[in-house]
Amino acid sequence: MAITETSGKTRVSAALGREALVKWAPLLVLLVLCAFFALMEPRFLSTRNFARILIAASPALMVAIGVTFIILMGSIDLSMEGTVSVCAVTFAFCFLWLGGTLASWAWLAIPLAMLVGAALGFINGLVHVKLKIPSFMASLAMGFVGTGLAMVMTGGDRIRIEDELYRGLLTERALGFPLMVYVAGLFLLVAWFIQTRTTLGRNFYAVGGGEDLATASGLNVNRVRIMGFTLAGVFFSVGALLAVGRIGIAETATGNNFMFLSITAVVVGGTALWGGIGGVWNTLVGVLIVFVIGNGMVVIGLPGYVQDAVLGILVILAVILSTDRRSISFVK
Amino acid sequence: MYQLNQVDKRFPGVHALKAVDFTIGRGEIVGLVGENGAGKSTLMKVIYGAYQPDGGTVTIDGKTVRFQNPRQAMEHGIGMVFQEQSLITNLTVMENIFLGFEQQFVRWGVIDWKAMAEAARHQLRKVKMDIDPSMTTSKLSFAQRQLVELAKVLTLEERIDGDLVILLDEPTSVLAKEEVELLFGLVRELTSRASFIFVSHRLDEVLELSDRIYVMKDGAVVDVVAQGTAEVDRIQHKMVGRDVDKEYYREQKQKPYDPSQTLVSFDGVGVAGKFSEISFDLHPGEVLCLVGTEGSGREAILRTIFGLEQPSTGTVLVKGAPYARANAQQAVARGVGYVPRERKVEGIVNGMNVYENMTLSQMRRYASGGVLRIGEEKALAQHWIDRLGIKTPDVYKDCGGLSGGNQQKVVLAKWRSGGSDIILLDHPTRGLDIGAKEDVYDMVREMSDAGAGIVLVADTLEEAIGLSHTILVLKDGIFQKRFDGSPGDKPTLYDLVHHMI
Repeated sequence: MAITETSGKTRVSAALGREALVKWAPLLVLLVLCAFFALMEPRFLSTRNFARILIAASPALMVAIGVTFIILMGSIDLSMEGTVSVCAVTFAFCFLWLGGTLASWAWLAIPLAMLVGAALGFINGLVHVKLKIPSFMASLAMGFVGTGLAMVMTGGDRIRIEDELYRGLLTERALGFPLMVYVAGLFLLVAWFIQTRTTLGRNFYAVGGGEDLATASGLNVNRVRIMGFTLAGVFFSVGALLAVGRIGIAETATGNNFMFLSITAVVVGGTALWGGIGGVWNTLVGVLIVFVIGNGMVVIGLPGYVQDAVLGILVILAVILSTDRRSISFVK
Repeated sequence: MYQLNQVDKRFPGVHALKAVDFTIGRGEIVGLVGENGAGKSTLMKVIYGAYQPDGGTVTIDGKTVRFQNPRQAMEHGIGMVFQEQSLITNLTVMENIFLGFEQQFVRWGVIDWKAMAEAARHQLRKVKMDIDPSMTTSKLSFAQRQLVELAKVLTLEERIDGDLVILLDEPTSVLAKEEVELLFGLVRELTSRASFIFVSHRLDEVLELSDRIYVMKDGAVVDVVAQGTAEVDRIQHKMVGRDVDKEYYREQKQKPYDPSQTLVSFDGVGVAGKFSEISFDLHPGEVLCLVGTEGSGREAILRTIFGLEQPSTGTVLVKGAPYARANAQQAVARGVGYVPRERKVEGIVNGMNVYENMTLSQMRRYASGGVLRIGEEKALAQHWIDRLGIKTPDVYKDCGGLSGGNQQKVVLAKWRSGGSDIILLDHPTRGLDIGAKEDVYDMVREMSDAGAGIVLVADTLEEAIGLSHTILVLKDGIFQKRFDGSPGDKPTLYDLVHHMI
């Protein structure tokens, strides 16, 4: 009896060790990466360089937060590139049409772009839930529709936003960091609030942790899913607004690369692909890992394509680490 | 020839097989009967190699063998015909028959389909089937699929030199009367080539087919009866024979219910393929127990009350009105709470903590404008932790890390704290240790006192008798008999078993 008890205890502590490892591993990886690059090239640690990393990371963080909510539910949203393009282009058109400067009525273009993002996410959710199309397929298709739509709207042109007030997102700095970093931080807090303090956030975890149970507890799972996709759409549009603020241009290509970046960031941050585990802080760490690698490689002078390979390896490592393979018999 | 000697098998908290001796001779048909949970399936799994025994030996023709997996057992001539349809429906009949053994038809790396079809036809002839082996399996009837499964197992005949032992697990559950006769005729003919182990809930069929019958109870073989001397009565007594402890089931706390009000009313309700013509009323304070074997329609009735199944005939009234649209949300809104059998899957959300699990069904009550009042949630959780004695370090503990009994308390607290007064309990004590079971029994009594109506599918017959005011016995989805079980005047196990099988 005594023997079984001790072996039980070691098993428990091993499980705890594993849990703690899975929980803190992403942060540890981030710190190790920073230390490594700092050793290779001391300039990496400068405020200027960190500001550069955060500027690049801010739009991606918004998109990744959006998709975090969906992955928490055990679904996936791949519509971000299309949604970001449409939101960016819509914003740019309205902004210019309404006066072209934030000091005029043109500020209305900001809520409008968010509304467009919400609408696209809502349609996305409807297609997924009502037509019972797997989320990855429904959202991927919606993403292509979005990219096409943005192309039709612009005819392939770039739209320049040269309003100094709006570009202040990039040019105005406080404590060495531009305003857009603070905006992204604010929305991160909003996302955290939604995740921990609202019924919607709780429902994401319930649906991801046990959909049957959520149904059997009387939750309207379909409604939760549709609201999740809508919310993701809003965050995609915020990502689009920051992306436009960063480069001053809105075009079909504004949405490029967000899919791989955001999914990679969410997974590397430790949010489980089958849902229920993780959250927006994980995603922040994940996004930072991705951009620190990108920046660090440039700083120490490695070519860009090595960066993609390293990211790919990191994704696989992250999934290996976060998966309890004994509990999963088949993977499709 | 095939023998189990003193075979033992333990799982955490359960002694599933206790020193089981089992012999089967060449060409013999051996029946295996017992209540749910008596250890039949564990024994079968040991025989066909899915489980390895913890103690004792398995011998074939006197030689000790040890199977690591079903494939090794098959190499020794032991095949299993599964109860659940185990054919892959989108493959053809012949692909199913030779699944995993295609190598014999491969020439130059490609499968010779003609040779496979010919071999499959040969196998199908053994079970007297004349169908095209390249047919997709989904086009076959259930009876045909059952025969194809048998044909699949009979491929062992060509592969193995020695004798065959074939296990039939509930082969008749989906068959009509004539089909059963056909299958039995076939099995009798095949005894020239193989021995059979036949497991079934239908005692009359076991008696008809078997040469000898093993009776199991609580993981042990309690009797072996030969055909001719076998009597239904005696076997039924052996299957259950146990004294009921009144104290244990809190019988002294059982109070009469209030027949003037009705919580749930079934009037001639049927769900296609599950059950038909079921009528009963559930009153406040009543524990109504549904008794029957696996597949008798017990779970489907619970699911119908919870709105997960749409009745095809009859009317279901919950608190006096039918559901506008049958779904779980409606049921929860009416005050129905469901404690499912698979606690890990459907009872609690792993990764969510105690208070999150407790308020899952009633979040709206703890939120203003979609923002949760977490302080109130925690207070509620603490209140129920104290009240039910839930053993957890604090309200932040992940429910997946609690013991089974404490998880069950969290599930019950979830429904009770939300004011549910129609509680559906599906095997609420499955997998719990004795102390935790007693806690659940206490909670059942407490809920009855508070005026809740409970529909129970019990883990054992004793539990059903001990806890209930009313017992409905079901067989194959059809109502058999109603028993009233006021304290001191309870039906016996034998009364129930008699109507169950």
